[in-house]
Amino acid sequence: MSGAPVRTRPHPNEDPLWIRIAVLAVVILFIGVMILAPMATVFVEGLSKGLGTAWEAIREHDAVAALQLTLLIAAISVPFNAVFGVCASWAVAKHDFPGKSLLVSLIDLPFSVSPVVAGLIYVLVFGLQGWFGPWLLAHNISIIFAAPGIVLATLFVTFPFVARELIPLMEAQGTDEEEAAVSMGASGLMTFLRVTAPNIRWGLAYGVLLCNARAMGEFGAVSVVSGHIRGRTDTMPLHVEILYNEYDFVGAFAVAGLLCLMALATLALKTLLEIARPELDGHGV
Amino acid sequence: MTSVAAAWGARWRRRSAVPGLGLTLGVTVTVLSLVVLIPMAAVAARGLTLAPDAFARAAFSPRAVHAYQLSLTTSLIAALVNGVLGVLTAWALVRYRFPGRRLLDSLVDLPFALPTAVAGISLATLYGPNGWIGAPLARAGITLANTAGGIVIALTFIGLPFVVRTVEPVLRDLAADVEEASASLGATRLQTLVRVVAPALAPAWITGFALAFARGVGEYGSVIFIAGNMPYRSEIAPLLITIELEQFDYASASAIALVMLGISFAGLLAINTGQAWVRRSSER
Repeated sequence: MSGAPVRTRPHPNEDPLWIRIAVLAVVILFIGVMILAPMATVFVEGLSKGLGTAWEAIREHDAVAALQLTLLIAAISVPFNAVFGVCASWAVAKHDFPGKSLLVSLIDLPFSVSPVVAGLIYVLVFGLQGWFGPWLLAHNISIIFAAPGIVLATLFVTFPFVARELIPLMEAQGTDEEEAAVSMGASGLMTFLRVTAPNIRWGLAYGVLLCNARAMGEFGAVSVVSGHIRGRTDTMPLHVEILYNEYDFVGAFAVAGLLCLMALATLALKTLLEIARPELDGHGV
Repeated sequence: MTSVAAAWGARWRRRSAVPGLGLTLGVTVTVLSLVVLIPMAAVAARGLTLAPDAFARAAFSPRAVHAYQLSLTTSLIAALVNGVLGVLTAWALVRYRFPGRRLLDSLVDLPFALPTAVAGISLATLYGPNGWIGAPLARAGITLANTAGGIVIALTFIGLPFVVRTVEPVLRDLAADVEEASASLGATRLQTLVRVVAPALAPAWITGFALAFARGVGEYGSVIFIAGNMPYRSEIAPLLITIELEQFDYASASAIALVMLGISFAGLLAINTGQAWVRRSSER
């Protein structure tokens, strides 16, 4: 700077141009190498033998069965967790009771448990050598290595998503509107439907979106309880693994490409929700 | 509502006249117990059926100890990488205006939305010996596939959003006038960043770092494809649980799982302690 004419100082919070360029270059390189390149790899590998071959891999019998199972699992576990999440956040955010912070920690617990452990716990309860294994076998009920086990494992890993989105939102909204409705004679259910539900619907949609993405994409927990029976207990992510391990890379990446498109759709919807409802931005961690 | 019930209820909801606590709390606790707490208790019950020496043999075999060490060190390195680059990313997203910012912002969340198995096969291919990034690295003598380095790559991907998303809102809410005041009082830009901005971001940064680290220790799907899973070299702890389960050795699997749960809880405790410490030292 010595010798340069004295310039007016830039705004004190504004980084000099070279720092801005350097930071942006590092960030774009980071995101490029960690996010964009893996995403591009999925599509390039999936389409390396042409769109027709990729489409064949997706249309193939076991892949369709995997897609159906994945949709079924999400169709059961997401609404369940949505209802639970609304219940839990109503109790936690609109009331005070002893042990509340413990309850919130316990609801968050599945986030800090390895997915593999999440699968293991259901094997220990319902597996052949588990607590209820002999009884289930005697009554010819399959939970582990069957769809019910996959639903349970998915429920576990997606358990906190909706509650975690709604609790801060409902706490911020307070209880004034609900109290007014109740004092004017509305029933509890009516208060929820007419007063609370319109206030939380966007937050709920946001939580459901993230919950659904995880439910459709879960791998570790589901892998432990599924038994990998092709065409029967394989979800889409498990099908991707099987194809990959059989060196059917085009097939694996074709199915992966479909999952990647779902992920991109999730991100697009999430971004739209954040644009429409800026208060949601910054959640989702 | 009868007066007796109202009086009883008043003890529970001193500040809220909103109904439905009994029902919703009942449902919450019941579902939480059935889906989370009772099955989790099964791990403890099964793991502790082992005699102490059998437990130690299963949970702390040389192979298992190596797997914990590998999981912990790779998660730590990945969380540190994300700690540094995540702050830069959050900084760029909040402070700079550039074309494609919204797109970059959305892309940061991809690791949350993309199934881990998809990330796993894609990273294994990309950073493998024939991949776009792996091939040039291989020519330079750097091997990532089937090594701890590959695990770090996968865990960096998986943990990427955590630091960005925890730091970003704090950075956005950080009042510009605090920095201006610091500058007008004669602080250099570096002093302002170190003395004013960094302490404000620290609690969020610790949370994001710890979340990324905890996620990394338990991560499975994105890692197993790139790791190669060689015992004593690139075998992570969650994989050992699946290996024990494939041999129907539930007790050993539970023992390893208990160690991993212990690590997670120690991590959670460390986050809370760290945040309390940061809060205290920033109040001083």
